Amino acid sequence: MEPAAIFIAKITIASSMAVLYATIGEMFTERSGILNLGVEGMMLMGALAAFAAAHTFDALWPAVPAAMLVGGLFALLHGFFSISLRVNQVVSGLALTLLGIGLSNFLGRSLIGKAAQGFDRFGLFPLDRIPYIGPVFFEQNLLVYPAYLLVPLAYFFLYKTPWGLHLRAVGENPAAADTVGIPVLRIRYLYTFVGGALAGLGGAYLSLAYTPGWKEQMTGGQGWIAIALVIFAMWDPGRAAAGALLFGFINAFQFYCQAAGLTLIPGYVLRMLPYLFTITVLVVITRWEAAKKRIGAPAALGLPFEREE
Amino acid sequence: MRLILRKRLRPLGWSRFLIPPVSILAAILLGAVLFAWVGANPLRAYTEIFKGGFGSIYNFSETLVRATPLILCGLSVGLAGKMLIWNIGAEGQLVMGGIAGAGVALFFSSAIPSCLIVPAMMLAGFLGGALWGLIPGMLRARLDVNEIITSLMLNYVAIFWLEHLYFGPWRDPEGRGFPGTAMFLETAWFPRFFGTRIHLGLPVALMAAILIGCVLAYTYWGYQIRAVGAGAKAAQYARIPIARNIVWVMILSGGLAGLAGISETAGIHYRLQQGLAAGNGYMGIIVAWLSRLRPGAIVILSVLLGGLMVGGDQLQIILRVPSAIGLVLQGAILFCVIGGQVFNDYTLRIRKG
Repeated sequence: MEPAAIFIAKITIASSMAVLYATIGEMFTERSGILNLGVEGMMLMGALAAFAAAHTFDALWPAVPAAMLVGGLFALLHGFFSISLRVNQVVSGLALTLLGIGLSNFLGRSLIGKAAQGFDRFGLFPLDRIPYIGPVFFEQNLLVYPAYLLVPLAYFFLYKTPWGLHLRAVGENPAAADTVGIPVLRIRYLYTFVGGALAGLGGAYLSLAYTPGWKEQMTGGQGWIAIALVIFAMWDPGRAAAGALLFGFINAFQFYCQAAGLTLIPGYVLRMLPYLFTITVLVVITRWEAAKKRIGAPAALGLPFEREE
Repeated sequence: MRLILRKRLRPLGWSRFLIPPVSILAAILLGAVLFAWVGANPLRAYTEIFKGGFGSIYNFSETLVRATPLILCGLSVGLAGKMLIWNIGAEGQLVMGGIAGAGVALFFSSAIPSCLIVPAMMLAGFLGGALWGLIPGMLRARLDVNEIITSLMLNYVAIFWLEHLYFGPWRDPEGRGFPGTAMFLETAWFPRFFGTRIHLGLPVALMAAILIGCVLAYTYWGYQIRAVGAGAKAAQYARIPIARNIVWVMILSGGLAGLAGISETAGIHYRLQQGLAAGNGYMGIIVAWLSRLRPGAIVILSVLLGGLMVGGDQLQIILRVPSAIGLVLQGAILFCVIGGQVFNDYTLRIRKG
């Protein structure tokens, strides 16, 4: 039995990944000014697509692209309604979640209890031989490692590249962006797709690596937690990673208590912890940022763009 | 090819009445594709759904039973929606209402006069839901915390607590592993009518709809709610206390969902059991937004969707189509209707190139 600290740290990483992908994705979408509350639905569709692909082809390689494609296309439904038809983004996003739950229940019925290949532990030699760090960070599965790159890349993309500048401009002041020739609507569609693709990847992580298999509503609210973490992160990739790790830590703590047979905290309270934690974090961060008079949300978040003519 | 939306210069005339039916027709066509895809004859499927939900007096009574919690949850979401408060937590509030009411039935049935048990349970159910609505309401009103997320997170908390109760301390000792509490005493059952399963919850729900419709339309408080919903800035200038209104609306909204919880518990199950959180709170969102937050329309739509659910269950038995198709159809209807509403204010042109 490994030391408790390493056990907890390892599970912290493993159980923060789905939420991390979804959070980074939603952060991109919201940065373009589109609020997509359909994350839960997109994750479910991604989880189902990944599992269905792995099951059908009996291979892992089509699973991840399938999940990202399905997640992205599903997000475009919200994109069409909120960008082109300019309907209320909250309503459209909620509708996407409800449709995603129904559709994945419906389409996934025959896959319940079926087996498929999953992503097993895959040590990254020689990094996994580093004491302490190796077992925690580099003895995970292959869907974890891209996240280590995604966070710094997202930061670099957002703040250091012209595309990131365009993205932020569209979310902050679409009219001004339009005046200088940035294609506002196209960019919004693009990042709505990106957000859905990453949510789908998060779903794939759940159904192929974290809890292999397909179960109705297996995301258990992680899509909503991702939306909360975007607020926690103040739309910043680094803080999104921190928030996802915090969420992962709560889960790991829960596992540890169960594995070690600690009965200090009853099981049902442990299961409530991630959700109570999300509420607490949201309250604290909202007060904290308000006290500092900072507004992290893109100024045009949730507002449809219509060119004045 | 590009889609171009233009604001209508003149409001749409009589043809605006065509928009809802055309939207629903579009959803029905989408559903037909889905039926065909799973190998069921769409025409037969829709006939069976209709027969299942509305084909006989008994079936229609089941539809009304199914509609009862939907009306209350739809009103719950719709009332908050009038103030642009997004109560996604009706599911958890429903569960808390069921728990609170069941607590009264299980532990106080012998202590209070039998004619007061049902009213006491309803009060407890209302208060249980109200408490669960108060939390996100307070957080939003006083601390400006996003109520969509907090109310939704509380759903999970309520459901875990419910499971803990019926698997743990409240479990029926003679239940042989059945996930539920002991059956309530008969004095704690909601009365049923006409030899069907229609119970006290239905008149309560209808009364709630009338009451809320009147409050919104004719009282100063209702005017305040509508004013805040129309624009928080303007309401602030009119000295409407927004924070206080948010708190009260969320208390009432949670209480309505709580009533749905106790009416399912005491009207159908007669015990607190697995399956109380059956998604009525989420369907309430669909009902509320399809009816554009109007109480009268919420009642009608709840009955229609209730029929769709009852018919969908029949379909599963007759055509072996997964009953989740009901959920998919609802999602499709919701998208088609909110899409259709666009044409109230805009015209659509397709331009090539």
